[in-house]
Amino acid sequence: MLFNMRLRPPNVASSKGLLDPPLTAQTRRLACRVSDGAQKTTPLYDEHMRRGAKMVPFGGWLMPVQYTSIVQEHRAVRKNIGMFDISHMGQLIIDGSGARDWLNTMLTNNIDKLDVGTGQYTFLLNDTGGIIDDLIAYRVGDEKFLLVVNASRTDEDFSWLDRHRANDVDLKNRSADYGGVAIQGPRVVDLFHAVLGEHLDLPPRNHIVDLARNGKELLIARTGYTGEDGVEVFFWANEATWFWNLVLEKGKQFGIEPCGLGARDTLRLEMCYPLNGSDLSPERNPIEAGLGFFVDLTKPNFTGREVLLKTKENGPAEKLVAFRMQGKGPPPRPHYSIFDNGERVGEVTSGTVSPSLNYGIGMAYVSASHAKIGSNIEIEIRGQKFPATIEKKPLYKRS
Amino acid sequence: MNVPDDLLYTETHEWVKREGDNVRVGITDHAQAELTDVVYVELPKMDRQANAREAIAVVESVKAASDIYAPVKGKVVEVNKALEANPGLINREPFGEGWIFVLQIDDAGDLKQLRDAAAYKKQIS
Repeated sequence: MLFNMRLRPPNVASSKGLLDPPLTAQTRRLACRVSDGAQKTTPLYDEHMRRGAKMVPFGGWLMPVQYTSIVQEHRAVRKNIGMFDISHMGQLIIDGSGARDWLNTMLTNNIDKLDVGTGQYTFLLNDTGGIIDDLIAYRVGDEKFLLVVNASRTDEDFSWLDRHRANDVDLKNRSADYGGVAIQGPRVVDLFHAVLGEHLDLPPRNHIVDLARNGKELLIARTGYTGEDGVEVFFWANEATWFWNLVLEKGKQFGIEPCGLGARDTLRLEMCYPLNGSDLSPERNPIEAGLGFFVDLTKPNFTGREVLLKTKENGPAEKLVAFRMQGKGPPPRPHYSIFDNGERVGEVTSGTVSPSLNYGIGMAYVSASHAKIGSNIEIEIRGQKFPATIEKKPLYKRS
Repeated sequence: MNVPDDLLYTETHEWVKREGDNVRVGITDHAQAELTDVVYVELPKMDRQANAREAIAVVESVKAASDIYAPVKGKVVEVNKALEANPGLINREPFGEGWIFVLQIDDAGDLKQLRDAAAYKKQIS
């Protein structure tokens, strides 16, 4: 089993094998094959190449940016269903009698609110409250947790946690063992009935279950990064190809498309979900990023708490805002300057043309006094200023 | 990938069509397929002078902005205003309605610097 979890949906046979097996040489090779330029590849690399995906480096990994077109893949997720390779993401497993109390001092959200089989979005902060990573923490046992972390931060997260580790806690980086996909879109429930049987109920939002099919283990979480209903599924790396092709085959009737990082980015940006490395960084804290909802300041003790209390009390100097372009113009891109009445007041961190809305959208850090929703701003693009307005998050709402 | 034999090409994926003293310029089928989803085109200013390999236009796709270069020295005498309302023409008809600008060239001899279809095919293969 991927985890020793008791939570299983009814009517799904559980398998006995695969009890935290030692890694086979093959698994490791599949997960960590090194290509030109020393980029790592996922176990689905051959499938991406076979389907003619355009590959780009991302966080140390060679990943598909698109198969056909970002806009087409984006629309498949909004209208039907799309599947993303997320095998590059990291999995850290924390176990031991002191796991829960210790982890609650490492992360901003309150782990005590998690029942076994549920997860929460949370932050790992440094001593100055800066964001090392944003992640989902799942409670998969009484004192056992799975952290799903950003690919580019996996090693840093692990070494930070390991340096601060309590004696009665065991910490493992199992990222190389797992493959994973995100299956996202309004037809995900139909697809899962086709893949796993009519009797299967997907876990509720933010829940995670461990189940088996044909003797293979799947860990299914009802989460995502697109704003649509969806799941993230993890499996042993050497079963990635099997699962990927099974879902694509069964998903044909529902209009499934394999999707790349390009569509993943436009989808998440329409929802104003932050991207670490662009919208979040060790120089920014969750209060500035407008993500205080995922910080429990009533917890007596966690790394960065004092700084966040101060930021909250004084108000952040800059805030991460969402904006949209007004009228025709080029799309906003990261690092473009933002002006208000001729004064430079901020900088774009993410930008694109929204395939759902057909206008330019983005997020930016703007000085707090200029961050009011509805404010008119200007974005400087190649020496010319284009009008935009600060908008409420999310920028896209399902109709 | 479509590479018409009657056009000339640049290393930076512009196509060039001789029209008397002028050349019509766009981006190749290969280039539009690489970019996909063109969402914005910044046209060059009318009557501006450009040197060979000078960036004078920008084509933006969902994922990135790409410079478009003058293939040879000349003056901009026509720009494709239709792209302002309909940038997707570049994806649909890269060699036709998706043309970007027309240059009045200084010296027809400069065209010898460009590559023919066979050479461009080799470049992108």
